[in-house]
Amino acid sequence: METQLDPVSLINLIFLFVIAIFLGVELISKVPSILHTPLMSGSNAISGITIVGALLAVGLTPGSTLCTVLGVLAVIFATINVVGGYLVTDRMLRMFKTKPAGDKK
Amino acid sequence: MTIGIFITICYIISSVLFIIGLKRMSSPVSARRANQLSAVGMLIAIVATLLTSGMMEWQWIALGLAVGTALGILAAVKVTMTAMPQMVGLLNGSGGLASFMVGWAAYRYQPGSSLLTTISTYLAILIGGVTFTGSFIAWAKLEEKFVTGKPILFAGQKIVNSLLLGALVAGGIIFCAHPADNYPLFIVIMILSLILGVMAVIPIGGADMPVVISLLNSYSGMAGAATGFVIINSMLIVAGSLVGASGIILTKIMCKAMNRSLANVLFSGFGNVTKKQQTDVKGEAKPISVKDAYYVLEAARSVVFVPGYGMAVAQAQHAVRELGKILENNGAEVRYAIHPVAGRMPGHMNVLLAEADVPYDQLFEMDAINPVIDTIDVAVVIGANDVINPAARHDKSSPIYGMPIINVDKAKTVFVLKRSMRTGFAGVENELFYYDNTRMLFGDAKESIQALVAEFKSA
Repeated sequence: METQLDPVSLINLIFLFVIAIFLGVELISKVPSILHTPLMSGSNAISGITIVGALLAVGLTPGSTLCTVLGVLAVIFATINVVGGYLVTDRMLRMFKTKPAGDKK
Repeated sequence: MTIGIFITICYIISSVLFIIGLKRMSSPVSARRANQLSAVGMLIAIVATLLTSGMMEWQWIALGLAVGTALGILAAVKVTMTAMPQMVGLLNGSGGLASFMVGWAAYRYQPGSSLLTTISTYLAILIGGVTFTGSFIAWAKLEEKFVTGKPILFAGQKIVNSLLLGALVAGGIIFCAHPADNYPLFIVIMILSLILGVMAVIPIGGADMPVVISLLNSYSGMAGAATGFVIINSMLIVAGSLVGASGIILTKIMCKAMNRSLANVLFSGFGNVTKKQQTDVKGEAKPISVKDAYYVLEAARSVVFVPGYGMAVAQAQHAVRELGKILENNGAEVRYAIHPVAGRMPGHMNVLLAEADVPYDQLFEMDAINPVIDTIDVAVVIGANDVINPAARHDKSSPIYGMPIINVDKAKTVFVLKRSMRTGFAGVENELFYYDNTRMLFGDAKESIQALVAEFKSA
């Protein structure tokens, strides 16, 4: 996991960062308040994207035990974040129904 | 090299799926598919990452993924809807911790990287650490485990916090100037970041948790984005900033709904601010029996339920739904009015009512219900307090003055289901209880509702 962030790639990444923030604001402003909890757990699952870094920290750090250990722990926690986040969001969204549930019981 | 291009294309696809996923969250009809799309995007990202050339230690990767998946499934299946704020808090925290550890590993593997990488690493550690311990404290406060849900304040707190921040900034500057031989300083920075997370959340009271959870949500995204700068990965930055933005928006909405600035929520323990004299009590609270409440509800043409955190605590949502159904069959129009900060996280009440099978077209936002509230025959307040306190409209000395509320007092009759005359989380006396059109139905919310259901059934 050799990384050397240079000014050119930095500015490109900042460009992405700023655009994505604005995009995020546009997207999220349209979500109605009844869906805010699933929105939060769902977007929370997306933040588990740090799993990519975690995987690289395990796989691309040969010869460093500490890095492997840290990487594995990071993979575990990021995976909890991803799997738990998506599943629990799905569980919630499954419950949102429109018809008066006359079919129940 | 071609594999690298292939991976990048996969990352682009993932990012697009995340964006579409968030976009389609705008309607309950498409939200479930949206979440699945987003999950597919994540899967693609993970698989693509595993294709990176030179990956090793497969057994450890497999172990990490397996353990994380098992724990994630377990948590998602076992959690109750009432405990959703805690769950989201914990998930935020684990994401933050992962970013923290990636930053740590990146530094250890390559201590003498470029200045820019070092700064990014520092930020990933800082934000990740604060997210981790902050979320953990938020969880503990919500669970009332280890720490009290009330604000924890001590003399000199602001000085301590300022020193902590100052030390982190100074440490960061020194560290970034000489990263290569400064592992001890790096460790100090890590520890200070973790402490900062604790210090930032302990002074915040339970009722302000919606803001904190939203804010930590934002941080967890920002931590991911910072990690993206460390490992130079565009997708991490896109996904992280999308989440960061979502957290910011929700934080803003929550603050607006409480008529408070973010700074006010973060830096002032709510309860202790105004232990002002009890508002002069106008008249007496009028209790009502279940029987009498039944007669009123039986005759009502329109009923609005106004749930608050108390409904979650009493696990009353299913009973409420049952009563709602009976009232509908009785010919009344039934609606549920939800204040933006009711509960412990944004949208918490909606999820609880959805769990109890309330169709979402009966769920009304504050701004939708207030204009028609004076046509409502009965407003039933279940475990809500500050969000319906009329003092917010006119009493300038009230700590909640200016906070938008659901104007239940303008309904023809108001039932307040409450255990006792205790004040709400803001510690503010609620004059609504003494209004002429208010009746207090004392007792456990769930039992009271069930008693009402029983009355209807026996009639």
